[in-house]
Amino acid sequence: MFIYLEDTLITDPKLLYEKSYEIRRHNMKTIVKAKLGHTGGDLSVTDILTTLYFGVLNVDPSNPTDPERDRLILSKGHCSGAFYTILAYRGFFPVEMLDTYEQALSPLNGHPSNTKLPGIEASTGPLGHGLPFGVGTAIAAKMDKSPRRVFVITGDGELQEGSNWEAAMSAAHHKLDNLTVIIDRNGLQQGDYTEATNRLEPLADKWRAFGWEVVEVDGHDHAALLDLFQRVPLQKGKPTCVLAHTHKGQGVSFVKDQVGWHHRVMTQEELAQALVELGEVQA
Amino acid sequence: MSEKFDCRDAFGKALEELAASDERVVVVVNDSVGSSKLNAFKKAFPERVVNVGIAEQDLIGVSAGLANGGKRPFVSGASCFLTGRATEQIKVDLAYSHANVKVCGMSSGIAYGELGASHHSIEDIAWMRAIADMTIIVPADPVETYQAMHAIHKFDGPVFLRVSRYPVPVVHPEGYQFEIGKAVQLREGSDITIIANGTMVTVALQGAELLAQQGIQARVLNLATVRPIDQQAILKAASETKGIITIEEATTSGSMGGAVAEVVVQNQPVPMRLLGFPGVFMPTGSVSFLFDYFGLNPAGIEKAAFELLGR
Repeated sequence: MFIYLEDTLITDPKLLYEKSYEIRRHNMKTIVKAKLGHTGGDLSVTDILTTLYFGVLNVDPSNPTDPERDRLILSKGHCSGAFYTILAYRGFFPVEMLDTYEQALSPLNGHPSNTKLPGIEASTGPLGHGLPFGVGTAIAAKMDKSPRRVFVITGDGELQEGSNWEAAMSAAHHKLDNLTVIIDRNGLQQGDYTEATNRLEPLADKWRAFGWEVVEVDGHDHAALLDLFQRVPLQKGKPTCVLAHTHKGQGVSFVKDQVGWHHRVMTQEELAQALVELGEVQA
Repeated sequence: MSEKFDCRDAFGKALEELAASDERVVVVVNDSVGSSKLNAFKKAFPERVVNVGIAEQDLIGVSAGLANGGKRPFVSGASCFLTGRATEQIKVDLAYSHANVKVCGMSSGIAYGELGASHHSIEDIAWMRAIADMTIIVPADPVETYQAMHAIHKFDGPVFLRVSRYPVPVVHPEGYQFEIGKAVQLREGSDITIIANGTMVTVALQGAELLAQQGIQARVLNLATVRPIDQQAILKAASETKGIITIEEATTSGSMGGAVAEVVVQNQPVPMRLLGFPGVFMPTGSVSFLFDYFGLNPAGIEKAAFELLGR
């Protein structure tokens, strides 16, 4: 039987903030140890993921396949470093396993796979896969008349993939108000600014035109994120699009908003400086 | 063997039975209710049809999500678009993720005849065969289509089921039991072996009949399951007969014939001829015209057999 874990959720934004910086520090150490990872994107999405897993989602690490759990799909699967760190801290697998990140035969593959670790709903990495998957599991919840909710986190550059817009149409058509997409809108993709590569703006208008209820939020403001995620759906019968304005590399000055840090790995010296910055930042 | 059937009818009938007995069964379509012959299904189970419109990437992603939500999705659409346009979704969302989704490719092969090569699906088996963990089934007649549907419903994992609209006679004897991964021998013979599946099983039987008139006894195997492949039946044929002809309504590059050749060449090499479409796009023509044009007929089998036997 499903146990609602409300008592285990963190509802104090200050504690969520502290948790997210603890996770950032561990994540950066993991990437440097592995000499592999997506430094900029991990730091961009950490506050969104932390708020969801520690403050919002109805999930039970001791029963990760409970049919009535909420679903979180990380479509930007390359940010596996942040994702695995949060899943481990949330109790889905031992924190020590993070030491095996991207190592030979580790279940902590560079991109998450649902068959390798508990707590992962969808195998992602190829971009534009998460939202169609989210639409499907949201339809299943509607068929079951279940209150479970579905959150999909996409990158912004990822929205250049047409599959997202196929899914956006079908989500609105099927009136999936149990589905929320969160766009990690840091403005950068692997090679350049999104707007210099294949323009996304006016992005909010696009989602509105596709039939979604759109809200914009500071993607690093835990209080605002928590309040918003607790309130969705914002309108009955419509899926919600959260445009979360973020910074790639948030928390580390020399990484922040720099296109070159998509998958660059810090040196030991850079890591030492980053850890100071990540530990010193005050709420 | 005179009356002919459209296997989509057996597909729809089986699906209705499965939906009636298992409330998790849902159908996912890309505006393909009519072309999948699912109008009766839609009438009986309107709430169990998820139509995403003309959007194949979404189609497969949604089906994977439905499986995540506890459903048993059967995706049904024209095979050319389903397998070609959503190949990466089939690979990642279904096969790599071990999603319990059945991908049912309708009107496969060259069933769309005159509509042209853009609408033909002769590559689908090769594409699906390149993806790890995809079970691939190509039924030969309505009996096998119906039974395969029930078998894949019981099977845990992603499956590609290839269904044709080209009318075929019943080729299986009464009491036939389809089993995933098992080839079935439809005719005994010790000179050569003809391995076929789908629409070509009936052609293989006609070819064997023609050869018998020339004093050549051909064994006929229906290899409905392309993966997992029945190595035992193939190697038995390789050791007991003097050569193997494969015949299928698909490209000869990497389809069933290629799969058989991989088994034969690595274990029990015997001469082979692979009949199918030899790496070219079809000229305009009806299905029957194109079958004849490419030698997918009894005469083509006879010619291949003569080559193998040095006549």
